[in-house]
Amino acid sequence: MIDLQGFGAQLAAGTLMTVEIALAALALGLLLGLGGAAAKLSRFRALRLIGGLYTTLVRGVPELLVVLIVFFGASLAVQGVARWFGYDGYVEVSPFVAGVIALGLAFGAYATEVFRGAFQAVPPGQIEAAMAVGMSRRLTFLRIRLPQVWRFALPGLGNLFLVLLKDTALVSVIGLDELMRKSTIAVSYTKEPFTFYLAAAFIYLAMTAVSMIGLHYLERRSSRGVRRAAP
Amino acid sequence: MNLEVMIDSIPRLLDGALVTIQLVALALAIGIVLAVPFAVMRVSRRWWLSGPVYGYVFFFRGTPLLVQIFLVYYGLSQFEAVRQGLLWPLLREPYWCAIIAFSLNTAAYTTEIIRGGILGVPHGEIEAARALGMSKFLLYRRIVLPGAFRLALPAYGNEIIFMLKGSALASTITLLDLTGVARTIIARTYMPIELFAMAGIIYLILTFFIVQAIRAAEHRLSPQTRPPPS
Repeated sequence: MIDLQGFGAQLAAGTLMTVEIALAALALGLLLGLGGAAAKLSRFRALRLIGGLYTTLVRGVPELLVVLIVFFGASLAVQGVARWFGYDGYVEVSPFVAGVIALGLAFGAYATEVFRGAFQAVPPGQIEAAMAVGMSRRLTFLRIRLPQVWRFALPGLGNLFLVLLKDTALVSVIGLDELMRKSTIAVSYTKEPFTFYLAAAFIYLAMTAVSMIGLHYLERRSSRGVRRAAP
Repeated sequence: MNLEVMIDSIPRLLDGALVTIQLVALALAIGIVLAVPFAVMRVSRRWWLSGPVYGYVFFFRGTPLLVQIFLVYYGLSQFEAVRQGLLWPLLREPYWCAIIAFSLNTAAYTTEIIRGGILGVPHGEIEAARALGMSKFLLYRRIVLPGAFRLALPAYGNEIIFMLKGSALASTITLLDLTGVARTIIARTYMPIELFAMAGIIYLILTFFIVQAIRAAEHRLSPQTRPPPS
């Protein structure tokens, strides 16, 4: 067994922070993804352009760079506002907020494509059938489209969540006390880098495994009632 | 925005981009050399061949790349045997540590991609090759692997882009890749937005070229989907 020399509680606290930031970024990213998909499927050219620009820019730039740009950019923006109100000191946004925004942006860009595909995967015949029985657009969306979009999008979103979980390690670069940074702190005291980074690796693996089990359960639940060919 | 700083930084950022391209190209090359035999082992029915590869892939796909880099660069020096060993001149250098971590990481993802390709090769083709009396080696060389590469190409294109973006992590172990150069200039000028934006633009250009190259490769490798020449 790995000897953590009393740093176990620290690693646990870091793990909790990692889970928190992953879930917060997930919530933001899902909203951005739905918004992005709506923009890309919109009738208005300007919205489609914005959606396209968002996914192209964010998906073409390293996540580390997104984290750094959001952190420094938000800090400078807040600093500018503070100067406007007569405060001349140095301001820095919390790494948690910057991390959630950056990871949420990255998740949202990929989720946009997943949701877009899912919306387009709903058979048009069903939409026509809903119209034929006199459902309003809103009701069609809530009863026909959304429940199925969830089912079509879930595998893709699950993969993105696993990526997001690992990308939380990047937020350690801007100084958030999550699992990776806690491990680095432990390393600087104990001089045992291999021990602690390996421990961190196994904690990430455990989180991945738990997420995979959860996703499997969600997928089974979302596709109950779907007919399959006999195995 | 200070445009002058952005333009002045371009030559040094391009030096960094060169390091980034080197890192990615070398890691991808080593990665694919490892991934092909791993993928063949992974689809094997013998558990002692497929099991270890499954564990390797699970570890490298389930942990952050940052952890893997730190394990190689900082972690290995914990052991006296490594520091006395033959490979120490390599493992002391951040450049080779980044190459090792990136190669092992991309090899794990590529193994899964090629495995998907191998499983996608139609049964009939394999049966036909067996009926002709091809040995297992010849079967893989002539039928299975060429088909698998063609099927795996779109997914592998994504992997190249992920590797390019992941290579930014080399800057965390003091390497002067594109992101590393940007961070060094920022430490002097304190103009983070200008420099990160400029670096971002260069990454976007690199991504664009990769996408074009993949498209050309797909076109070349799939003659059967093209309309006949008239």
